[in-house]
Amino acid sequence: MATTIKVNGQSQELAKPIPLSELLILNRIEQPDMVSIQLNGEFVYKEDYETLINDGDEVDFLYFMGGGNSITN
Amino acid sequence: MEFTEEQIVRYSRHILLKDVGVEGQEKISNGKVLIVGAGGLGAPVAFYLAAAGVGTIGIIDGDTVDLSNLQRQIIHFTADMGKTKVLSAKEKIAQLNPDVKVNAYQDLFTSANAFELIKDYDFIIDGTDNFPVKFLINDACVLAGKPFSHGGILRFDGQTFTHTQGNVCYRCLFNSPPPPNAVPTCSQAGVLGAIAGMLGTIQAAEALKYLTGVGELLTNRLLSFNAKTMDFRTVHTRRSPRCPICGEHPTVTTLIDYEQAACDILSHKNNS
Repeated sequence: MATTIKVNGQSQELAKPIPLSELLILNRIEQPDMVSIQLNGEFVYKEDYETLINDGDEVDFLYFMGGGNSITN
Repeated sequence: MEFTEEQIVRYSRHILLKDVGVEGQEKISNGKVLIVGAGGLGAPVAFYLAAAGVGTIGIIDGDTVDLSNLQRQIIHFTADMGKTKVLSAKEKIAQLNPDVKVNAYQDLFTSANAFELIKDYDFIIDGTDNFPVKFLINDACVLAGKPFSHGGILRFDGQTFTHTQGNVCYRCLFNSPPPPNAVPTCSQAGVLGAIAGMLGTIQAAEALKYLTGVGELLTNRLLSFNAKTMDFRTVHTRRSPRCPICGEHPTVTTLIDYEQAACDILSHKNNS
């Protein structure tokens, strides 16, 4: 049975549940240091990146964003 | 507080608003907001809060106005180049609305002055461009129980959320700063100037909502947008039990000055 998940609000079909680390590669997140991952609304620690992503899970990649100043404080 | 006839006219479009009224305008006029960073985000925030008649606006920034700022930092004009950003902002606010008292701090926001600076303000605006200060604002506000609006912009993207006591904080979402140089800053990657206005005006609206108590703040949600598609998206977030500052076993109990990325320090020297 197909595994349907949501990544940043968009549906994604997987052949089977996969670890979060594989989902990172699948979504071409080349620099994981630049993103914070939320699984079903909760922060995921790096040591938990092997957590299996199952049918119905919602994953959000949140990007670090600075500001608009050349450099202030 | 008694409004003069002139003030009643000046603030009439707020007073007419059913949810705001004279009472709400009084709250705005008695309100105190601290803006950290008088740059891309701080500029529109300062303009709208000043126009709204926020009683006291504090602005802290250690920088001077540079030609490359003018593409988006709309409170600074061509003639202000070389002037301190806090003085430039203070002058514009005085012209826009003489009702507003401006406290200008020509300084950096650091662990040494953070608590002292935020303690007299009702609401704090994060208008900074770098992660060490973003984490510092979060930590100081969480520890002191102060509400703040987080804002970040890069290229064509923006993101923001509001923190109030007991709700999701920056560290619930981002735990700790990225390694220096892992994330490009606007000075390296560029930013569409109007994005700063889009995000800054959201932050200003949040400050006004907080002061008046109108509506629901952007708490426990992270709002992101991309100007290329004009898609806005809200991610619902939860407090992390393992959050290093507001979780069950906090490890961050004092303020930390994280190191700035080397290229940022270099560009700072070049700019000043």
